[in-house]
Amino acid sequence: MAHHSDTPAVPGVSVIPAAASIRVIFLLGLLALLLVAPFFLYPIFLMKLLCFALFAAAFNLLLGYTGLLSFGHASFFGGAAYFTAHAVKVWGWTPEAGILLGVAGAAGLGLVMGAIAIRRQGIYFAMITLALSQMFFFFCLQAGFTHGEDGIQSVPRGQLFGMINLSNTINMYFFVLGVFLIGLFIIWRFVNSPFGMILRAIRENEQRAISLGYSVSRYKLGAFVMSAALTGLAGGVKALVFQFATLTDVTWQMSGEVILMTLLGGIGTLIGPVVGAGLVVTLQNYLATSNFPVTIITGVVFMVCVLVFRRGLVGEFYASRLGRRLGLTSER
Amino acid sequence: MTTLFGVPVQALLGQLLVGLINGSFYALLSLGLAVIFGLLRVINFAHGAQYMLGAFVALLLATKAGIGYWFALLLAPLIVGGFGALVERTMLSRLYKLDHLYGLLFTFGLALTIEGTFRYFFGASGQPYAAPPALQGAVNLGFMFLPIYRGWVVIASLAVCIGVWLLIERTKLGSYLRAATENPVLVQSFGINVPLLLTLTYGLGAALAALAGVLAAPVYQVSPLMGSNLIIIVFAVVVVGGMGSILGAIVTGYMLGVAEGMTKVFYPEASNIVIFVIMAIVLILRPAGLFGKDA
Repeated sequence: MAHHSDTPAVPGVSVIPAAASIRVIFLLGLLALLLVAPFFLYPIFLMKLLCFALFAAAFNLLLGYTGLLSFGHASFFGGAAYFTAHAVKVWGWTPEAGILLGVAGAAGLGLVMGAIAIRRQGIYFAMITLALSQMFFFFCLQAGFTHGEDGIQSVPRGQLFGMINLSNTINMYFFVLGVFLIGLFIIWRFVNSPFGMILRAIRENEQRAISLGYSVSRYKLGAFVMSAALTGLAGGVKALVFQFATLTDVTWQMSGEVILMTLLGGIGTLIGPVVGAGLVVTLQNYLATSNFPVTIITGVVFMVCVLVFRRGLVGEFYASRLGRRLGLTSER
Repeated sequence: MTTLFGVPVQALLGQLLVGLINGSFYALLSLGLAVIFGLLRVINFAHGAQYMLGAFVALLLATKAGIGYWFALLLAPLIVGGFGALVERTMLSRLYKLDHLYGLLFTFGLALTIEGTFRYFFGASGQPYAAPPALQGAVNLGFMFLPIYRGWVVIASLAVCIGVWLLIERTKLGSYLRAATENPVLVQSFGINVPLLLTLTYGLGAALAALAGVLAAPVYQVSPLMGSNLIIIVFAVVVVGGMGSILGAIVTGYMLGVAEGMTKVFYPEASNIVIFVIMAIVLILRPAGLFGKDA
């Protein structure tokens, strides 16, 4: 989303000297929290949170850094879950091979969908991805291997590398945490690479990027496939965590949910989608026992975010006086 | 039994009719989307929810106030259009100067809120709404029985589509609308109240969706989620037609409805996805859409 005018760099706020060390300490503190969390909180909930956090971060790679709003990311998330679940359960693959198949499948889907969708820009791009993912939803509803409304159930978690038993919840948690950290690292490397810089240039001024000789559609497609593959990573792992893959993960509501997580946390920040995912998953868990529909709250939060704080929670913090003194900048 | 292409003629004509009826709703809804998009540059994700609201207003008017179909056909669009205008004035209008994607996201949130609220109060299951006595029954056309109400839906939606097209292409208000689409600043400087025009346009779009909802109420069941999957198909229709022209939206709506009906006859498994497949093919061959002008 280009032409964002409400994040001016305010002069007069200087970054404090210890800012870099404070940021590092903060990150290490977060990591320590994630390491001890499964001994205090319900591990399945934490794993769900990590999967959605990676999903949202992968989605943000496209929205925040390339400026493309995809309304069809559920296809990659739910599609990968199906691929992984099928490979592990029916073909007896090891979990790491199953997840790799999920990633490859999501990347392949991303290549096809992306190649069609990048023919139009902006709003059209969003509508086309939405329509294509709805098509994939109907495919999953009718295809044999997905088992329609039942989904693929009781998927075995298996032995990681033939050694580590993932049926053990704590083993599984640290596996998911490892995948999550690797995924975030890949995203961080990707957006700070020369490729990522060109993506930002395209986002800011597509015409100028074209006139500079960059093959814009190839870069867009590259970012789309990358985002789809990382989304597939999250989806494949989620299938192993919950040991099932269902239609829920390929619905357009799921595509909307990941947009909300990213928007709520902060578009174009690395941590924002993680925070947004944490809040949304926690809220859903909290409301799961009541009969109050989550969609009302989701919808209202959406409207409030769009109307009054488009920078998201993390983005607002970055833009605050304290955030600027710590040298934090958002990519918006 | 007579057959055509190896399919009974009755089945073929039956599905042609179903396709025309679905196409009527696609045309009405994509027309409303195109009118809103033309002036506001907002893709109205809440269009499906407003269609559902139209059907529910008709249902509630009948059950709570005893007001019948014909008045509902007038009142429901007025009520929903007024609600739309209120939303535009108080909230949506703040987003015009931002990236257009925020308008899409805002109306998406609005749709979730409206549909969630109706689900909370009325449950997810469908409720029947009877057609008015004058339109019940069927006529024998010789080769098939045509339910009168279904014929009425096709004729009424065609009349509304032509009416809106005339309003925009042939009246003074329509000329203001078209001028404001081209250059809002210039039109404003001629002393025309452009913000009011925007509010009216959004209200008109919402009213059209509600009208489609009332028309649909006796055909489909009235349920909170009746518009949520429909809107995605209508998006595909709009992409195929190209947002440029009002007429394009109408023609594409009917065409794709019929294409969907025909697919049900010849290859039922693909009937859910045929519109999306057509969309993908059109995008590959003609990215601007069948009637679109911009590349």
